[in-house]
Amino acid sequence: MSKLDGNAMAGDLGEIFAFDVTAARYTCAGCGQAEAIGALMLWGQEMGRVARCPHCDDVVLRLVQANDRVFLDLRGAVRLELPLAGS
Amino acid sequence: MGIISRGFGGRRRESVPGLPPGQYLTHDFPVLSAGPTPRIPLDRWSFTVTAETGERKSWNWQEFTALPHEDVTVDIHCVTKWSKLGTTWRSVSIDTLLEDVETAADYTMVHSFGGYTTNVPLEDLLDGKAWIAYKFDGEDLEPEHGGPARMLIPHLYFWKSAKWVNGLEMMAEDEPGFWEAAGYHMYGDPWLEQRYQGD
Amino acid sequence: MARAALPGRLTWRAATLTEARQETPSARTLMLDVPDWPGHLPGQHVDVRLTAPDGYRAQRSYSIASAWAEGGNVELTIQRLDDGEVSPYLTDVLEVGDQIELRGPVGGWFVWRETQPRPVLLLGGGSGVVPLMAMVRARGLAKARQPFRLIYSVRTPWDVLYRDELPRHVRDNPGFDLYLNYTRKAPEGSPNAPKRIDVATINTHGWPPDFEPDCYVCGPTTFVETAADILVALGHDPKRIRTERFGGTS
Repeated sequence: MSKLDGNAMAGDLGEIFAFDVTAARYTCAGCGQAEAIGALMLWGQEMGRVARCPHCDDVVLRLVQANDRVFLDLRGAVRLELPLAGS
Repeated sequence: MGIISRGFGGRRRESVPGLPPGQYLTHDFPVLSAGPTPRIPLDRWSFTVTAETGERKSWNWQEFTALPHEDVTVDIHCVTKWSKLGTTWRSVSIDTLLEDVETAADYTMVHSFGGYTTNVPLEDLLDGKAWIAYKFDGEDLEPEHGGPARMLIPHLYFWKSAKWVNGLEMMAEDEPGFWEAAGYHMYGDPWLEQRYQGD
Repeated sequence: MARAALPGRLTWRAATLTEARQETPSARTLMLDVPDWPGHLPGQHVDVRLTAPDGYRAQRSYSIASAWAEGGNVELTIQRLDDGEVSPYLTDVLEVGDQIELRGPVGGWFVWRETQPRPVLLLGGGSGVVPLMAMVRARGLAKARQPFRLIYSVRTPWDVLYRDELPRHVRDNPGFDLYLNYTRKAPEGSPNAPKRIDVATINTHGWPPDFEPDCYVCGPTTFVETAADILVALGHDPKRIRTERFGGTS
């Protein structure tokens, strides 16, 4: 069990996206289940954010902050569904 | 940039001369992991070398621990800036494991139980530069630190010393492993501060 | 009227400690003045960053305990973890007048909005009650009518955060019910022996699943997993269950 979940990424993701992504729903490339980004299991500690699907443990998202760049790897999500403002 | 927090020290660390650039000396042993700790019973453990031809050589736990081993003392450097000096490991040299392996490959991918991978050029594993370690500080290697056995490649950043190791695959071309694909450096020399892609 | 954090550049900024209140021997509420705070929704959190003189940095997330009121402070309730790197600094070292770096408000999933019509079921384990308290406070400020039930699990009576304020909400804000669950030591004369949250607790003190409540579960990982599993087993729709893990495993 990881100690933290996707909610803890809200700040890091908030510096990339102009809106909050933790309410977005991803579809897992591994098991096909859809879930809120906030529900992802978070690993990686100081190396970066490794967010795993709570259903199948596959990696959905990786976020690494280098000195002057941020790497965001989303290959574990086949789709993101983002609620628009006002919804 | 930013403000200094009056009276904040953080975890015990020292900046000492002789460390690679940007590193601090730590006195504990931080645990970082990209996922849940695999629990591998020794009777399920194996290590397999796979040549680019597909040819394989495997050891189970009995065979592996019967191989010639050495107790090595090395310094380790984590890309998250902590360094630990004089760590001792009981290990089997990669030279021993690759003795009878025919390969023309220049690169390797290290594989772990749980799916972690990391890429290392073959020559960085040879000539006494790398081991598979199964005891730390005289004790069996704990699962959270990579037990039953982990890679030990002290001349590269410690993410290359893959925990829960179960295989080594020869590759003709260099390909990124788990952290490399996520933005970390393909090679990872701490003395050149090669932390991220493009460094 | 509370509004969501405005989109735009999210950056670190300096917050000044204006006041502190000891909630329990190991937990302290910090009242922070943050210039140009855009407001926040109950359930949101901030990231706090500390920098040592040699440049070493440590960062953690803390839930906002206060409901937003125009011109108000941002309140964080910090539970000291004995082996923590950041929390002991915030509970024991930080003084009124000191500054910390803060980024937020963030978090748009684990949030309660007054426009949500359904009853609300809150399950908090230990310091997991903090964001839930922001929701209770927001409900009180707005005089909202959605019925709320809070099941708050703590080790002993001395660990209860907001111990005096919670009964005031029960008394002054009709439709708010509180059940305190003790896991190690119950108060004198309590009819129930201490125990961890279980199906019976949630079944008795929560909302029935056919009320289709919005559920919020927050606390250490084991608490969150157990409580969320029980909610699903009782028949609550997983889509109406929002979770926030706080670190720690107990």
